[in-house]
Amino acid sequence: MSSPKHEIKFTKLFINGEFVDSLSGNTFETIDPATEQVLATVAEGRKEDVDLAVKAAREAFDTGPWPRLSGEARRKILLKFADLIDENADELATLEVIDGGKLFGPVRYFEVPISSETFRYFAGAADKIRGATLKMSSNIQAYTLREPIGVVGHIIPWNGPAYMFATKVAPALAAGCTMVVKPAEQTPLTVLFFAHLSKLAGVPDGVINVVNGFGNTAGAAVSSHMDIDAVTFTGSTEVGRAVMHAAASSNLKPVSLELGGKSPFIVFDDADIDKAAELAILGNLTNKGEMCVAGSRVFVQEGVHDVFVKKLKVMVKGWATGDPFDLATRHGPQNNKQQYEKVLSCIERGKKEGATLVTGGKPFGTKGYYIEPTLFTNVTDDMSIAKDEIFGPVISVLKFKTVDEVIKRANATKYGLASGVMTKNIDTANTVSRSIRAGAVWVNCFIALDRDAPHGGYKMSGFGREQGLEALEHYLQVKTVATPIYDSPWL
Amino acid sequence: MASLIKHKIMAEIHNNGDSKSSAKIPKIKFTKLFINGEFVDSVSGRTFETIDPRTEEVIANVAEGDKEDVDLAVEAARFAFDHGPWPRMSGSERGKMMMKFVDLVEENLEELTALDAIDAGKVFEIAKVGEMPFAASILRYYAGAADKIHGKTMKMANQLQGYTLCEPIGVVGHIIPWNFPVGMFFFKTSPALAAGCTMVIKPAEQTPLSALYCAHLAKLAGIPDGVINVITGFGTTAGAAISSHMDIDCLSFTGSTEVGRVVMQAAATSNLKSVSLELGGKSPLIIFDDADVDSTVNLALLGGFANKGEFCVCSSRIFVQDGIYEEFITKLARNAKGITVGDPFAPTTHQGPQVDKKQYEKVLSYIEHGKRQGATLLTGGKPCGEKGYYIEPTIFTDVTDDMLIATDEIFGPVISVFKFKTIEEAITRANSTRYGLAAGIATKDLNIANTVSRSLRAGIVWINCYLAFDADVPYGGYKGSGFGREFGMEGLYKYLQVKSVVTPVHNSPWL
Repeated sequence: MSSPKHEIKFTKLFINGEFVDSLSGNTFETIDPATEQVLATVAEGRKEDVDLAVKAAREAFDTGPWPRLSGEARRKILLKFADLIDENADELATLEVIDGGKLFGPVRYFEVPISSETFRYFAGAADKIRGATLKMSSNIQAYTLREPIGVVGHIIPWNGPAYMFATKVAPALAAGCTMVVKPAEQTPLTVLFFAHLSKLAGVPDGVINVVNGFGNTAGAAVSSHMDIDAVTFTGSTEVGRAVMHAAASSNLKPVSLELGGKSPFIVFDDADIDKAAELAILGNLTNKGEMCVAGSRVFVQEGVHDVFVKKLKVMVKGWATGDPFDLATRHGPQNNKQQYEKVLSCIERGKKEGATLVTGGKPFGTKGYYIEPTLFTNVTDDMSIAKDEIFGPVISVLKFKTVDEVIKRANATKYGLASGVMTKNIDTANTVSRSIRAGAVWVNCFIALDRDAPHGGYKMSGFGREQGLEALEHYLQVKTVATPIYDSPWL
Repeated sequence: MASLIKHKIMAEIHNNGDSKSSAKIPKIKFTKLFINGEFVDSVSGRTFETIDPRTEEVIANVAEGDKEDVDLAVEAARFAFDHGPWPRMSGSERGKMMMKFVDLVEENLEELTALDAIDAGKVFEIAKVGEMPFAASILRYYAGAADKIHGKTMKMANQLQGYTLCEPIGVVGHIIPWNFPVGMFFFKTSPALAAGCTMVIKPAEQTPLSALYCAHLAKLAGIPDGVINVITGFGTTAGAAISSHMDIDCLSFTGSTEVGRVVMQAAATSNLKSVSLELGGKSPLIIFDDADVDSTVNLALLGGFANKGEFCVCSSRIFVQDGIYEEFITKLARNAKGITVGDPFAPTTHQGPQVDKKQYEKVLSYIEHGKRQGATLLTGGKPCGEKGYYIEPTIFTDVTDDMLIATDEIFGPVISVFKFKTIEEAITRANSTRYGLAAGIATKDLNIANTVSRSLRAGIVWINCYLAFDADVPYGGYKGSGFGREFGMEGLYKYLQVKSVVTPVHNSPWL
């Protein structure tokens, strides 16, 4: 087992194109969850640093070149940024692995390429941001302009910093906005590397600023800043609530929230059972279960329940842990100590509530935040493991009889982020996909995210859409311009 | 449309003041809450009075809804959404029913107008040909949009078929202000109805009557029980209950910035429902040297004094370039004196009373501030009439950007006029406000029009016109004036949710 010695090149705040210490000189440590060792000491930004970052972003927006470049010119820089991501994929992937407990294989060959593809997608959208000419009922000409909204705050979670950075920053850049990015305190490193790449790509100073720090200081400063025009947040429902409240209490900035989930994965009797088991595993154990779209409630129709559970048990047991840099490894440590303890306590509750623990359920290893991939069956809707988001490698299997029953039970949650439906029947697929109250319905697939597929929550999983051209809406404002016209040959 | 008609009517009334109005003060037929298709008393049995701002007298006692009534309304709306016919009807069927609703509104237009005249102080003849038909046109627009709500098929990077469905978001809360009671009722309910949502409407406590009448017409139109519910009552009770309700999926609010803040906080604290806010404004009208002074003077009076200044898009800051400044303010003062303030039913009236005592006193206190801070009172500045909340159209000049009358939204018939030299200066000063709702530009120069319209941070920019609203024109705020758009197809978005549906495809001949 070999973990290469990793040089951490960027540990300061990135403001107005420069890496700088925080004004207070404060720093904090970031931990490798596989070893519990300190990786680096990173500058800790607080309100006064956020103020400097916003000042730089405001200047860059109000008087700098970025919004004044054509979409085509911004496209060029975004494409360069994408190329730099690809050229530096190894280093970016390595940072994600050691800072977040992720696995090199999936990050290097999946998440990082998706990040560069996201930049390419929005690069290609930058010159296609259209308004409309309107159909007036009187002698007036009117059209809409979709203008960049201004300075945006991005609050990014710890479960996939590279992917999250690309998802939020790329459309904001395409729209012509400037921004302040506040990464999660658990994973400050990757975003600083991206900041370095942005400068190499030619993104002007002040357009992207990165302030690392804690939620209740730096994060709160962003949500409540009087000179930030919009905030996008991905994270827990509880913190999302605080962000929206702060946005309201300060300058009524619009927010978009992508919050938690307790997504149903529904397997009907006629499903391809092998495929269903494979997807249930991928949908729950990928990234050690730290996914907002995890299909954490696996509803299995009674006709195939027992066969399915047998298959699942084998696959869960075979979900191998090992060196994060070994491509054969499937399982990694939970991201941080707090999450690790939370997942273990959820598992304990599941046992106490009477669910059947088929496999897993325990921490393992002498160091690192490792938890065994865990499978519960005979789970009922009222158990906490069926209701609360666990955000760890825990699969809950529930049995159902009929379509109507499973629709009702699938919808009986405050969340509404994603869902999966495994069936070959066209009517079942259509009925169920229309009836599930969730922002994504994956039929015979799961976590089928795509650059052109808008993604976001229903209900308390949040509002607003990321990916797809819909994502640009957060970063644009609609202005209507109207003028009287005379002697128009048509109306 | 509204602006051109208003302009025409004001000119006509000014010129021949002897036409007769056949308006009658209506009998008040509906004073109870409307829940699940029935008019009912509030659970507590409490009522409140609604006052006629012409006379300061009580018009009627109206049921006062509180949290428990909102709960009943939401229950009815939830049932109607989850199990009732409305979202399950096709868009064209909903559209047909909405067209029937509009027919009934037009048949009862005079009565609705009269209700807003006595409840909100609106001028009968002006409202009858202006905002009322406009409200009807909004309902018709969305009736025709209901069967044109499209999602998209997506261009996936893999062997996957993906499409988006734009689904009705569910139970919507509408909190409606008092300045355009009938108008706002339809601005908000129409797109929500077209989208297939059900709703609970809370009209402002100052103006509860016309919303209840509209609910009655909705029932006659065949809108199923529970789809539209109306809870009259107060902001801190009924309004708060809506903002913080755990079973309302989305909220649309028009009103003051202060209350908008409370509404958004409550939405966050409760169930993180999405909100759209249409808040205040301090909109600039910028008049360049090459503008035609006579027509621009009338534009400024229209923008500043329409609806007694109780208009979020009111052009309360008039910037006049120095080349035409003296001529402009002379003609402005002269024409302003021709505005007749009086009884809303009198055919010669241009301007009615402010909506209630609180607003009346607030406006007068801003006028005092203006005088005290050293602005020059060009015309007006005093209340008028022996009873009722009437205030003279008031114009201040020599206003500096830091005076209260220049920074705060007054929401009354008070205009501040500023002189400027250069286009850059006008843009900077016009944008120096926390608001960003509307703006007007008067110029014949193409480049000035384009540069200034792109530079003003406002959601709607009117060039050589003002108050040019239209059903297809999206309208809403920048900055502290809020977010979200009403009218146009954009107006539907807040009542829809986007769901992506993705399935693998095999052997597709193209990708």
